[in-house]
Amino acid sequence: MKNTVKVHSFHGGIHPPENKKQSTGAPIAIAPLPSRVILPLQQHIGLPAEPVVSVGDRVLKGQLVAEAVGRISANIHASISGTVVAIEPHPVPHMSGMEAGCLIIESDGRDEWIEHQGLEDYTQLPKQELIEYIRRAGVAGMGGAGFPTDVKLHLGDDHIVNTLIINAAECEPYITADDMLMRERADEVLGGIEIIAHLLKPLHIMVGIEDNKPQAIRALHAALDNSPLNLDIVITPTKYPSGGEKQLIKLLTGIEVPSGRIPADVGIVCQNIGTTTAIYRAVIHGEPLISRIVTVTGQAAGHKQNYEVRIGTRFADLLDHSEVRREQMHRLIVGGPMMGITVINEQIPVIKTTNCLIAGTIGEMPPQPPAQACIRCGMCEQVCPAELLPQQLHWFAKGKEFEKARHHNLFDCIECGACSYVCPSNIPLVQYYRFAKAEIRKEDEEQRKADHARIRFEARLERLEREKIEKEERRKQRAIEAAAAQAAKKDAALNITSSSADNRPAAASAPDLKQLKSNAAIARTKLRKAEKALTNAQEKGLDGIETLQATLQQLQVKSEQAEKAYADAQSAPALQQAPSAPVTDIKQLKSHAAIARTKLKKAEKQLAAAQETGDADIDALKAQVAELQAKSIAAEKAYSEAENGNSPATTPGIDTTELEADIAALQSKVDKAESAWKTAAESGSPAADKMAAGVEKLKDKLKALQDELATIRASASPAPATAVDSTALEADIAAMQAKVDKAENAWKAAVESGSPAADKMAAGVEKLKDKLKALQDELAQIKAGSTAKATSDSGTAASVSIKELKQQVSIMRTKLKKAEKQQAELAEGEKDPALEAEIAELRARHDAAQALFDAAEAEKAAAAAQQGIDLKQLKIDAAMARAAVTKAERALSKAEHDLKQTLEEELLAARAKAEKLNSTLERFSE
Amino acid sequence: MSAVLIAVLVLLGLGLVFGILLGYSSIRFKVEGNPLVDQVDSLLPQTQCGQCGHPGCRPYAEAIVNNDEAINKCPPGGQGTIEALADLLDVEAIPLDAEHGEEQIKKVAYIREDECIGCTKCIQACPVDAILGAAKQMHTVIVSECTGCDLCVEPCPVDCIDMLPIETTLNSWQWPVPKSGVELIATDRHPGIALEADA
Repeated sequence: MKNTVKVHSFHGGIHPPENKKQSTGAPIAIAPLPSRVILPLQQHIGLPAEPVVSVGDRVLKGQLVAEAVGRISANIHASISGTVVAIEPHPVPHMSGMEAGCLIIESDGRDEWIEHQGLEDYTQLPKQELIEYIRRAGVAGMGGAGFPTDVKLHLGDDHIVNTLIINAAECEPYITADDMLMRERADEVLGGIEIIAHLLKPLHIMVGIEDNKPQAIRALHAALDNSPLNLDIVITPTKYPSGGEKQLIKLLTGIEVPSGRIPADVGIVCQNIGTTTAIYRAVIHGEPLISRIVTVTGQAAGHKQNYEVRIGTRFADLLDHSEVRREQMHRLIVGGPMMGITVINEQIPVIKTTNCLIAGTIGEMPPQPPAQACIRCGMCEQVCPAELLPQQLHWFAKGKEFEKARHHNLFDCIECGACSYVCPSNIPLVQYYRFAKAEIRKEDEEQRKADHARIRFEARLERLEREKIEKEERRKQRAIEAAAAQAAKKDAALNITSSSADNRPAAASAPDLKQLKSNAAIARTKLRKAEKALTNAQEKGLDGIETLQATLQQLQVKSEQAEKAYADAQSAPALQQAPSAPVTDIKQLKSHAAIARTKLKKAEKQLAAAQETGDADIDALKAQVAELQAKSIAAEKAYSEAENGNSPATTPGIDTTELEADIAALQSKVDKAESAWKTAAESGSPAADKMAAGVEKLKDKLKALQDELATIRASASPAPATAVDSTALEADIAAMQAKVDKAENAWKAAVESGSPAADKMAAGVEKLKDKLKALQDELAQIKAGSTAKATSDSGTAASVSIKELKQQVSIMRTKLKKAEKQQAELAEGEKDPALEAEIAELRARHDAAQALFDAAEAEKAAAAAQQGIDLKQLKIDAAMARAAVTKAERALSKAEHDLKQTLEEELLAARAKAEKLNSTLERFSE
Repeated sequence: MSAVLIAVLVLLGLGLVFGILLGYSSIRFKVEGNPLVDQVDSLLPQTQCGQCGHPGCRPYAEAIVNNDEAINKCPPGGQGTIEALADLLDVEAIPLDAEHGEEQIKKVAYIREDECIGCTKCIQACPVDAILGAAKQMHTVIVSECTGCDLCVEPCPVDCIDMLPIETTLNSWQWPVPKSGVELIATDRHPGIALEADA
């Protein structure tokens, strides 16, 4: 056994007791079939695999159960046949002892393979497909890191691979898994190497193996005689950590992999010997990676030997099988004693990278003696295989000077533990490096996140700025458009005044349609709920079915009505509905006025005739004339108002028609309910009483609606009156004045002619004068309270749309602001009294509008609350109230003592409000 | 005499040449803005939380550089940031000013989605646009973008936003600091040792 290649050496290294003999005595045994396996979704470096089976699925041995996500990831296969019982967090072999997502399979004992077949001649397959085939088998590095093998096999694509190194050094004490594998399955090992060599086409293949495995070396040589492979088996002196990737490369080639680079950068690819077998089995037999060889050793173990173990077997099962004496076992170590981890939970499963379990006694694995101060002996530097300065790194890590540690190449540390091993002060050096590395990684990650956040924050600021500018531009554009529109409107208003009057009600009818639609929808859902309740009641045989049925009928009627109303409203052009009423109204009014005028004229003629003839009926006639005059005036007034196109005049019209329709619907409902009740009473149904109550309720409702209609009608007439233009009033007054003048003249004439009617005429004149005065008063009032008029104007509209009111308020506000600004500009020089007056007026108007708006909103809210329809709003309110309570509580807990009382009061109020809202909510959501 | 004259002339010429060179380069290579602000800003955690009393991290950085603002007003950055700032500005590292909040573990906002009413108030409050949603639609936090500034908690009218600590996963777990100090009497901690030694 002479080396054909020169063996180099690496710096440092240690010679710990090997402890390998214990577990090489017996051949590899097949571990018994576990009753359940736990397959962690992450057994490799990279992203965790994604489960492709669900709980309850039956899976066969070798079936894919979790799929690789992304480039660096590996498939996971079921290692036994059975049923997936859970996909949940479970303890995994990890330094943290934390849980991670695992797929748990309960065995059915049959150990049934899924259909699988190897490749007959893999050399025929394109390389990409062959690598994909290996990837599908879930092969990941079995040396310890678990790097997905297919990624390494792709290295031939963008790197020139001169040398392929197979790592069979197995330098860590206790572990003999690779040794036994080579002894017993050397042909599989070589077969695997053949496949890798086919894929990477290296110029030189070397197997690095320590000289403490003579039997393995012999077996490999024997197998090599029958193999077409041309490789060098390089025997290296036993020294820890010669199995480190970079160290082995240095040993075999003398090349040092630069810091921060991978071996492929210098034309070298490394593969573990265990991985080659996995590749062989995947390609030749089509078996995915579902088992591996694990050394079970340590003084507490009964049978110290290697087992072929299914991936996912719990440590407890394996320890039981090798008859570990638990009372002697002090520590259970996964991996070697140098780089392994101590685990406490025996339920942790074997994964793809688990190569050894050491059940150590207290004498074998004594607790770490307490750390002493560093004496700067420098022994750690002597043994460091990465040629670092462990002592310096230790100081930096301890002092949290991570930047300095980084500059001292902390990240080249392979955490082999040689420094800790030799440290006479027992300082846990590796732990310090791990901590420092983690901190640096965290800092880097935070820095990356902070940079990302800054970019996003700046982008947001930019966006807000841009939006502001765009908004401003839009506003300007709108202002220009509005000005143009206003000018156009003015022109149009001069030409056609009536068209605008026609347009307005159309707008009013649009929301009406919406309202109808939502009404119909509400009725439908109510109906459906009732139907459900009924079927439910029928199924369970509850009493009160009759009532439910009656309600259902009612609801059906209601729903139909609502839908019909909606359909009607939709089919009829929106314009027709609303304006028709006011249009006919206006016409009617006009004719009324005309009739009144003619009647008046006739009566006057009659009166004149009677006066001439000296008839006795003059008095009666006069009274008639006066009455007619009043009527005529009233009619004309009404007409002129109507023609002015007062929108308020039309809106109550709509309201009433709607109300009327409601009343009619309700009336029919009442009728139906009554008849239902009667039939129920006749048949002696027990629900009759309840129905009677329902009828009563409906009647009440009807009455309420009728009352409402009456009030609306009553208010409908005064409503237009308030909307009268002062100009109309003025015209009235002028007409009245003329009349008064005329009457006075007539009276004077009568007095002069000594007519007996003179007295009466005087009274008539007086009356007329009174009337005139009343009118004048009214005008004065209107003029004085022009704000009041404006508000009452909008006040009538408020019942329709608060939005408009709100707009008005804001318009007022802006006007006011503008005026104030103007004044402020002027203020420095001379004060403009006219402007001041204007401002005062505007302010008064603004205040009035605001008050009106508030009132309207409050009213609306009250109405909504009364109706209780808007459940969602209510819910939101309730949630807000609740939040207010919690916020108040929080504030209270934080507050100082003197503030507490007021806060407590606030909290009480908030609680009361929340309770109230909650109770309302409960009532409505029942 | 002529030697003196030559020397004077040469020196004058050199002075002129270098003066022109310096004058030109001071215009040509003028540094825009204050580079120190950028450096300070890059050390701040960029949560944009405003706990320091400035409307964002950059304004705080500007205040530190221009107005001699204290460097200990950043609770999200904690002592680490203070030390980094002290290092950069060559001043004494001081403990965190508790007035502006205490250093807390990293958190992210979480919206209890079935309680969200879709008011968009939190979206408007988020300085890094990490909340996704629309009016009357349920909102959610993009966890990877959330800086944990908790500015969205206050505006929520229904109080449905929680600040949850970021969960440690296997990938984010990190080694703790090794226990320092000297265990003088090992048997106190491991009574088994003494017993076995006796046996």
